[in-house]
Amino acid sequence: MKTAAQPWQAVIGLEIHAQLSTASKLFSGAATAYGADPNTQASLVDCAIPGTLPVPNREAVRKAIQFGLAIDATIARHSVFARKNYFYPDLPKGYQISQYELPVVGAGRLSVRVDDGRTIEVLIQRAHLEEDAGKSVHDAFHAETGIDLNRAGTPLLEIVSAPVMHSAAEAVAYMRTVHTLVRWLGICDGNMQEGSFRCDCNVSVRRSGDTQLGTRTEIKNVNSFRFVEKAIEYEIERQIRALENGDSIVQETRLYDPTRHQTRPMRSKETADDYRYFPDPDLPPLTIAEADIARERTALPELPQARRVRYVTELGLPEADADQLCSDRATADYFEAVLAALPGQAKLCANWVLGEVAAKINEAVIEISAAPVTADGLAQLLTRLREGSISGKIAKDVFAAMWNGEGDADAIIQARGLKQISDTGALAAAIDAVLAEYAGQVADYRNGNEKLLQFFVGQTMKRTRGQANPQQLNELLKQKLAGN
Amino acid sequence: MSLDHAAVRHIARLARLAIADDQLESLRSDLERVLHLFDDLAAANVNHLAPLAHPHDQTLALRDDIVSEDDRSAQLLALAATAQGGYFLVPKVIE
Amino acid sequence: MNPVSIASISAELAAQRVSALELTDQALARAEHAAALNSFIRLDADAARGAARSIDAMRANGSDLQPLAGIPFAHKDIFCTRGIATTCGSRMLQNFVPPYDAHVVERLAQAGAVSIGKTNMDEFAMGSSNESSAYGAAANPWDHTRVPGGSSGGSAAAVAAGIVPFATGTDTGGSVRQPAAFCGITGLKPTYGRVSRYGMIAYASSLDCAGVLARSAADCAVVLDAIAGFDARDATSVERPGERTAAALSQPLAGLRIGVAREYFSGGVQADVADRVHAALRELQRCGATLVDIGLPNAHHAIAAYYVIAPAEASSNLARYDGVRYGHRAAQARSLDELYSLSRAEGFGAEVQRRILVGTYALSAGYYDAYYLRAQKVRRLIAEDFATAFAGVDLIAGPTAPTTAFRIGEKSGDALAMYAADVNTVAVNLAGLPAISVPAGFADDGLPVGLQLIAPAFAEARLLNAAHQLQQATDWHLQVPAGTP
Repeated sequence: MKTAAQPWQAVIGLEIHAQLSTASKLFSGAATAYGADPNTQASLVDCAIPGTLPVPNREAVRKAIQFGLAIDATIARHSVFARKNYFYPDLPKGYQISQYELPVVGAGRLSVRVDDGRTIEVLIQRAHLEEDAGKSVHDAFHAETGIDLNRAGTPLLEIVSAPVMHSAAEAVAYMRTVHTLVRWLGICDGNMQEGSFRCDCNVSVRRSGDTQLGTRTEIKNVNSFRFVEKAIEYEIERQIRALENGDSIVQETRLYDPTRHQTRPMRSKETADDYRYFPDPDLPPLTIAEADIARERTALPELPQARRVRYVTELGLPEADADQLCSDRATADYFEAVLAALPGQAKLCANWVLGEVAAKINEAVIEISAAPVTADGLAQLLTRLREGSISGKIAKDVFAAMWNGEGDADAIIQARGLKQISDTGALAAAIDAVLAEYAGQVADYRNGNEKLLQFFVGQTMKRTRGQANPQQLNELLKQKLAGN
Repeated sequence: MSLDHAAVRHIARLARLAIADDQLESLRSDLERVLHLFDDLAAANVNHLAPLAHPHDQTLALRDDIVSEDDRSAQLLALAATAQGGYFLVPKVIE
Repeated sequence: MNPVSIASISAELAAQRVSALELTDQALARAEHAAALNSFIRLDADAARGAARSIDAMRANGSDLQPLAGIPFAHKDIFCTRGIATTCGSRMLQNFVPPYDAHVVERLAQAGAVSIGKTNMDEFAMGSSNESSAYGAAANPWDHTRVPGGSSGGSAAAVAAGIVPFATGTDTGGSVRQPAAFCGITGLKPTYGRVSRYGMIAYASSLDCAGVLARSAADCAVVLDAIAGFDARDATSVERPGERTAAALSQPLAGLRIGVAREYFSGGVQADVADRVHAALRELQRCGATLVDIGLPNAHHAIAAYYVIAPAEASSNLARYDGVRYGHRAAQARSLDELYSLSRAEGFGAEVQRRILVGTYALSAGYYDAYYLRAQKVRRLIAEDFATAFAGVDLIAGPTAPTTAFRIGEKSGDALAMYAADVNTVAVNLAGLPAISVPAGFADDGLPVGLQLIAPAFAEARLLNAAHQLQQATDWHLQVPAGTP
């Protein structure tokens, strides 16, 4: 929203925390599964029992490399785990193992499509590995806070953007793009309700045209796209109001209150944190061999952006369809599997995947990978539609039956006798019967009332219980009405 | 390097160590003497050197992503002075 | 009675002329008898007798046993022992009963050695006199008014007093070698990473090293072979094909070049200490070694670098003691802040608090570059000094400590004087090298003097062989304090 009419410009940078989908924690062999009873997934290491030591998870490192390659970043051949020192009850060691001066993923970039149709390039400064903290439970006890260390040590990839976004809409579009990418790569399940994907928003405002950044505030731990949008909008407005009133902005950490759509200063955080970062003496530098990077590069899937472009340029799909299909890799893969059986029918396939399939999936609140109608199953149905065995309307009924588990398309068509009557003899017999029944209307038609054709089509369809091939029916009817 | 009482309080606060007022001065002079020892670092000619954080040029060994730990919550919670309902307890924290 | 070697005790056990239970009972009785030394924080008589009986049963069944099977020993109370309180010499961990065994504890249990208890130590291994222990100072068996050294003071005293043939220790800045020197025994600090730190309560992680205190280099070798080796639970543990040091102790010293570091004899080194060390070096010369005068020009910077780096790491390592999950919890805490600051102020002693504050300061905003970062650069300077020297010599030698054991209380008011005395040992930890302190006779005051030998990384076999050859030619290591059984 950089227009001359607007005296203020917002500057936004996001720190996204993506929980890497590993079986075990970043530095211990404890499980990372969500929702276990408190502290049942806290190992001796996670509990910071004296004498225990961290040993990093190879898979977490691999996933960080994959992300780095996907944003075209440099992968550090040597990176360093550092300790971030602060006291908090859900931080058992009194420090978080993170990366500071030398992160595993260096600068990269991501192309982001904003809702208004613009595409912006977002610079990602770095992405680093770090361990998550545990959880504090504030409401379960009277005068105490309960500490659950199940989440402590879960691997996170912190993805730090440059402060290059200027509206809540841009920030949300960027966050969605990262969300799609990490799920696409299979490195994060993206489950925001469970906190697998959450974000800290750094927000400042400045006079339009200023080159220096204003004082920023950090809104911690926002875990939905809508909340990010609301929180940033609120914060921009709050800061502008304050500055226009002649107040200054205090650099502080704030929390978003989703019930009031407001942000407020966080009380438990000290204003002047001094984290005393230093290289973790328990962990020598992380060295990544060129060969390992090359292997990950080769194994990298086609990325959402490349695929979206291909769908538009090679398959001729509208941009909106391409966007939707590429919002998630399983959907795009499903689409391509259907398309493989129906070459040249991209639009038909896209319509079905984004129409019938998407509707059913949303209704059932499941992932496309769990859909009862597989891509092969849909391909069979669409093949029958294409060859004219069934009509579009019948196809939708068959699809619904397939979804309900009544069998594959052919079996349902067969069992319900839904196959179109394309047999000229059978169709002719049905037409003859109709014309005989409505001799008066036949005479009217022959006297020039051609509108009656639809009446005969309807009657014949009724007689064939909808199974007549409509095109064939039309032609035969015209012949018979004209000929004899 | 000289150290005042405010600086000692600040460090003690960072380190979460309670200091009684009557300890403050002796602690201050103690720390100041230790810090004088460090003046020697400025005398070493190290501008050309990279810092050494680990004694050997080691590569970090990684582990496979395998769940190897069972539920040990009963054992771990038993070590704590205060635990209830599977949680460790601390005085109420307000965020 | 002359001290007996692990090999000879092992032979007696193998021949079933003595049982593990008899040896264990004997060690326990000696520990009781020498209670005035305060060398143990706890004795575990029942567990020890149980372990000894099972070794005896295995032997009776004809099982193939390792050289340490049935030999009583003691663990420094810094090693986590499952089900047995591990205090680290601190009030903070007075009631801490670890749910697991340290790597070193596992290895020695697997070897069949019988732990009789946990030895006294400076709190969290921070000290050079054993006086910072929350469980009282330990005494030196040669003179009960003197310190045994530290931080592994209890282990050194227990071995010197003949209670056990060996004990485990840890060495972050000299904590095995200096007490070994003060107590007239042999103390080995292996290469950093040679022995897993898993289960060893951390003081300064990039310097901490498990070590051995014993009568002789040969005994140290047997124990080292049992505890060394790669451990996947410690990311700084080093993967090296197993070198058996005990089997490589009969190499002649002809051709061995020993660098005599002139800096190690300068400054505050007592003249008679320097004299005894030179005498020991002449013995090595008689064994065939060549003495080479060398310089370690940056040796004097080691104290400053060490006393920045070790407290910096400690300030972070000891942040976990917050009263929440284990350890001392202040009874009066009404808020989270009070829980932290009171639990820690009550649980930690003065020296530990001092080092936490110094370390916090060295890492804090505005001071990191001048202190921590600069200290890490000096650390490289010191490591490079060693590398340069080792291009021309095979071992480096000097006095382990500048003086003999000082009096209990003599330096307790003066932290800086205590720190300065670590000048010859801390550089070795900064560079991660192996070193050994071996007895080199007695100073004019009748107290033991230690010779320190330093080797390049992973050259423990060379180091132990040289020390063993010296001990084959001399009898200083066979001397025991009056009244030793």
